[in-house]
Amino acid sequence: MTDADNIVAETAERIFADLADAQTINRDKNGSWKAPLWQALTDAGLPLSWVPEECDGSGTSMAEGFSVLSVAGRAGVAVPLAETMLAGWLLAQAQIKSPEGMMTVAPASPRDRLTLNADGTITGRARGVPFATDAKHIAVVASGFGGASIALVDASACRIEAGLGLADDPSDTVHFDTVKPITLQSAPSGFDQNALLLMGALVRSQQIAGALETMLGISVNYSGERVAFEKKISKFQAVQHNLAKLAGETSAALAAASSAADAFSSGAPLDDALFLEAAAAKIRCSEAAEKGAAIAHQVLGAIGFTQEHILHRYTLRALAWRDDFGSESYWAVELGKLVAARGADELWPLVASR
Amino acid sequence: MTAALRFDPIRLPAECEQLRKEVRAFLAEEIAAGTFDPHKPQREDSDNPEFSKRVGERGWLGMTWPKKYGGHERSFLERYVVTEEMRVANAPVRRFFVADRQSGPVLLKYAPEHIKMDILPRICRGEVCFSIGMSEPNSGSDLFAAKTKATKTNGGWLINGSKIWTTSAHMADYMIAIFRTSPPTKENRRHGLTQFLVNMKKPGITVNPIAQITGQYEFNEVVFTDHFVPDDHMLGEIDSAWKQATSELAYERSGPERFLETYYVLTELVRAVGPKPDTRSAEGIGRLVAQLHTMRRMSVSVAGMLQAGKEPVVEASIVKDIGTIWEQQLPHRVRELAAFVDDSASNHATLDEMLGFAIKTAPKLTIQGGTTEVLRGIIARGLGLR
Repeated sequence: MTDADNIVAETAERIFADLADAQTINRDKNGSWKAPLWQALTDAGLPLSWVPEECDGSGTSMAEGFSVLSVAGRAGVAVPLAETMLAGWLLAQAQIKSPEGMMTVAPASPRDRLTLNADGTITGRARGVPFATDAKHIAVVASGFGGASIALVDASACRIEAGLGLADDPSDTVHFDTVKPITLQSAPSGFDQNALLLMGALVRSQQIAGALETMLGISVNYSGERVAFEKKISKFQAVQHNLAKLAGETSAALAAASSAADAFSSGAPLDDALFLEAAAAKIRCSEAAEKGAAIAHQVLGAIGFTQEHILHRYTLRALAWRDDFGSESYWAVELGKLVAARGADELWPLVASR
Repeated sequence: MTAALRFDPIRLPAECEQLRKEVRAFLAEEIAAGTFDPHKPQREDSDNPEFSKRVGERGWLGMTWPKKYGGHERSFLERYVVTEEMRVANAPVRRFFVADRQSGPVLLKYAPEHIKMDILPRICRGEVCFSIGMSEPNSGSDLFAAKTKATKTNGGWLINGSKIWTTSAHMADYMIAIFRTSPPTKENRRHGLTQFLVNMKKPGITVNPIAQITGQYEFNEVVFTDHFVPDDHMLGEIDSAWKQATSELAYERSGPERFLETYYVLTELVRAVGPKPDTRSAEGIGRLVAQLHTMRRMSVSVAGMLQAGKEPVVEASIVKDIGTIWEQQLPHRVRELAAFVDDSASNHATLDEMLGFAIKTAPKLTIQGGTTEVLRGIIARGLGLR
């Protein structure tokens, strides 16, 4: 998808092209590209896209923010842009101002729950938190007696066990041992951990769809260059059909992710139909990541299996992103329960509601 | 990027929701009156001329066509709503479906005025049934190998040869067919075929029904023996059917009928598992619903792009490719999930019966109207691979 009408996405695209060229990053072993890239993103106001101006953010629309995420997915870059955007969005739900610097959110998995104690401290463990080791601050949803609260926490106040995800991006365990937050506010009515996870799922869906677009581009280009049996492999019908399937999976991911992003951007209430949009996006994008990554690797053969080639930057990230903010299995169970509870004759009206 | 795939997040406009209510109310009345049984998809092949006329009276045929031909000048998205509601209800649409989707638009584009004035209003009233004469005994996916001949004669053409797998030919009033008017040229093997409008009620045509593995008789062999087609029944340019046939494909390939054909088994599965499914059933249903939702979003997106005057040919082929594979696999996935459903579920027998029929139907879904292999070839071309 080209976002010609979207100046924010164009800015992101230009920054990634200038400062995060995949080949350069792939060769650079000490990560010296990260600081200038983050600085440029910050100067452009992108990490705080979803933070209104009164909370010290850029006040970009939800829709433009989602398009930044699909650009970020296409670039497959290892900086916490999506995480900081999500954190800023979460804080803004409770009118908490966003600080400068990298942020992430917790919890990032439906298996974890953080507790707000009576003295205003937070206790609990959050696993698989992306980029916690890089973050200065963590935006948190914690539940206490009076319901859910949103808090801004200094990352250095938490005990962080470093971990790595499939693509070697930080995926850490964050321990909150009666941590006192910098700011604490009640969440708006109806907002809870599930709302954060749904939004996180939607963010990852955008990124996966973007990564699939790049996988498709890399695979198509490679098939037009690589010669085997005295012809370009793009001329073999078996290869063509595989690439057509990859285009199909990419399309499914794009359609599901952009529809869900659009539905969320319209400010519709979080009803069953909006839940369907977000859950379906995460489920279908994750399925597409599996099928798409397999085809891209098949087309590139051994070269695509090397550290040296850039393909893994996209395939492994797309596969890793499946696990964040609820896997496709988790959301499928939740969606299945919802559908069953509504009953057979209410399934079609749900599907046809938009 | 070699190819930019676009699936804009199109929403159905507000006027569609009122229309959807009207269509649902109409279908509920028809079901209550015993016109059809939504739980008997196997009867979908039956002809129902009276139902067809009532759909026409509602203004739901030729919805997007000009009013002077009996049309209603509504949008493709409104037509989309009518199509999907009819399909989900297993309504008997056979008599009018092809005419409304495909044949009418071809006539609108290529037929002379007096023929448009004669036939299009009758399609809009639900009075006529169309079939499409493409495949022949030795030419299926390879459309341009067709041999059935149109030989010039005084005031028209004499047709000799046969078409096969022609859906609804046994009940059709007309056929839009391609016949060979010249041999192919060295430079263009697709050259030499011409599109014609055939009146099925005129002499020189024999229709032989062919039984399908479902037990239905949907398709036929159609034999032409010196069948006369008048000059004004030639559609478009002589020898150039190949130019005309491909431009219609986006409309034909991306509609809701391309992923909803076996939908009924999913509804019945949800009924059978009840309001509190176990984890396995819940996950299975959740995935299927997510996939269904995604297919529909893709299909609505293509409809919206068509409405906006774009030509999403590759996107439309992708919708049909993954949509038909999805509806083909659906009964098998439902069967797996139904394996542990309690025998005492009130709809157990209905689900079993539906699964049997859907599994038998499944193989045709990736063949009719362009095989998976042909579609992937079109997608590959769109990606710049050939």
